[in-house]
Amino acid sequence: MTGQARAGRPNKLLRNLNAKIASIPMILTALVIFVGGTLWTVFYSFTNSKLLPRLSFVGFDQYERLWAAPRWVTAIENLAVYGILSLIFSLVIGFMLAALMDQKIRFENTFRTIFLYPFALSFIVTGLVWQWVLNPDFGIQAVVRSMGWTSFTFNPLYTPEIVIYGILIAALWQGTGLVMCLMLAGLRGIDEDIWKAARVDGIPMWRTYLFIVIPMMRPVFITTIVIIASGIVKVYDLVVAQTSGGPGISSEVPAKYVYDYMFQAQNLGQGFAASTMMLVTVAIIIVPWAYLEFGGGRKRG
Amino acid sequence: MADVGTLNTTSAGIDAVAPKLGEGPSGPRPRPAVSARNIMLYGTLTIAALYYLLPLYVMVVTSLKGMPEIRLGNIFSPPMEITFEPWVKAWAQACTGLNCDGLSRGFWNSVRITVPSVIISIAIASVNGYALANWRFRGSELFFSILIVGAFIPYQVMIYPIVIILREIGIYGTLTGLIVVHSIFGMPILTLLFRNYFVSLPEELFKAARVDGAGFWQIFLRIMLPMSLPIFVVAMILQVTGIWNDFLFGVVFTRPDTYPMTVQLNNIVNSVQGVKEYNVNMAATILTGLVPLIVYFVSGRLFVRGIAAGAVKG
Repeated sequence: MTGQARAGRPNKLLRNLNAKIASIPMILTALVIFVGGTLWTVFYSFTNSKLLPRLSFVGFDQYERLWAAPRWVTAIENLAVYGILSLIFSLVIGFMLAALMDQKIRFENTFRTIFLYPFALSFIVTGLVWQWVLNPDFGIQAVVRSMGWTSFTFNPLYTPEIVIYGILIAALWQGTGLVMCLMLAGLRGIDEDIWKAARVDGIPMWRTYLFIVIPMMRPVFITTIVIIASGIVKVYDLVVAQTSGGPGISSEVPAKYVYDYMFQAQNLGQGFAASTMMLVTVAIIIVPWAYLEFGGGRKRG
Repeated sequence: MADVGTLNTTSAGIDAVAPKLGEGPSGPRPRPAVSARNIMLYGTLTIAALYYLLPLYVMVVTSLKGMPEIRLGNIFSPPMEITFEPWVKAWAQACTGLNCDGLSRGFWNSVRITVPSVIISIAIASVNGYALANWRFRGSELFFSILIVGAFIPYQVMIYPIVIILREIGIYGTLTGLIVVHSIFGMPILTLLFRNYFVSLPEELFKAARVDGAGFWQIFLRIMLPMSLPIFVVAMILQVTGIWNDFLFGVVFTRPDTYPMTVQLNNIVNSVQGVKEYNVNMAATILTGLVPLIVYFVSGRLFVRGIAAGAVKG
């Protein structure tokens, strides 16, 4: 943007100069970190960098190796299961809680505080707490067994087939409060007259929600879905705290795969390829949303 | 009238008293306090609330028990003998690797990371937002768009280049490095927040100040800042909780002696050697969650606004 120098009015130029100087951190971040960093990683994902990044290109080898690795495939499967279920459950639970909260109830603030406080806690704290609650020797399983049902088994964190559901329980505990809040804000935005009209027409409440209110809340739903989805792709801390990817590799997720290959296995090329796949995943989610939201037609630049 | 209200709980009750009321009550019928609908409503909400409170209860209860009691009982039973020893141990003696000075080290590291990161990121983002709202220049919207799109890129994609940059500057592994990283990744959402806020302020104020000859910084410091206390508070809540709770950047960009609290906590609890001291672990977990919880409880309504505005991050 150096071409500005030949602008006619020097006075305006001077004022703009201040704004430009003030925006240097933003410009640097946008160009160097976000654009530069991303391109750099994508670029180097086509090399066979090991301990240090180096420029020996191997084409799509890293990607072929990635998709042949059982650990990566497990990570993707886990992410798919975790992602789809956490999207559905957090929307359903969040909306139902919001609908209940919207019934002009007493103690609304108390309930909201209780539902939302887990969101203030980090994923590490969340993961460690649920690791404890789900501990087979002391937690829920032990409690139910001590009440007499001795064959009761609920041990998700040590059972490879269902470990991802154990992580899901903790994730929902942490995140549904936020969804509830967003949905509640959306419900409050619906005109009271809509409800009156529906009541006059004798439409039952659940039908009003399903066929009138929810379609009207489309923007809120889209925003919420984008927020949840971009969080899902990044899920990392929770898994580290709850299971460290175990038992074996059964609760592996892509973000953890990337970290392990970049900083522990010293196999940078794999890490770059895996992180590029994460980027592609996010792009698949974001691009349609951006298209819907901004309709492709951008205003002036 | 109050008596009638309590009698009106069932239709049978209404039938019983209706003849005695003569003319009947005037005005809208009082809403019964106990109805099937209310029982369902509050019942469901209470059960949900219990589910959300359960882990907190378990944490507190476990942290107040001695180890023998933990081995005997279940996690839901209240402590028979309350002891604060696990808390002392978690704070001052628990071991991570070679260091055995407890979470206190991580706590002070987190403070030394959070305070400057919050100040720097808010300072930069507020000026950015102000420039974008009132002093647009060619390209400013483009950089802003890149910034916002960048907020959705998984951090993993940008981490390694940042490691290289920080190493070249010579601040990799230091608290300064991590502060820079937090300031960078806090920028998109905070800039959006401030830009939207400054756009919503009446433009006449800005124009009047310009007519009076005020410049970029003068308008910012004398007019915009005093008017934007609420948004600064929201941004602060957002950043304090976000940075305090961060784990990924902490583990990538620091070394054992500069680990923030979250990283240290994970290392204490998930260490493989030795007997697992569940009570100490839970005390450590509460200690780590305490700062964001305090922020949450103190700020109340503002916290909700903050996360609604910044839910995109994290």
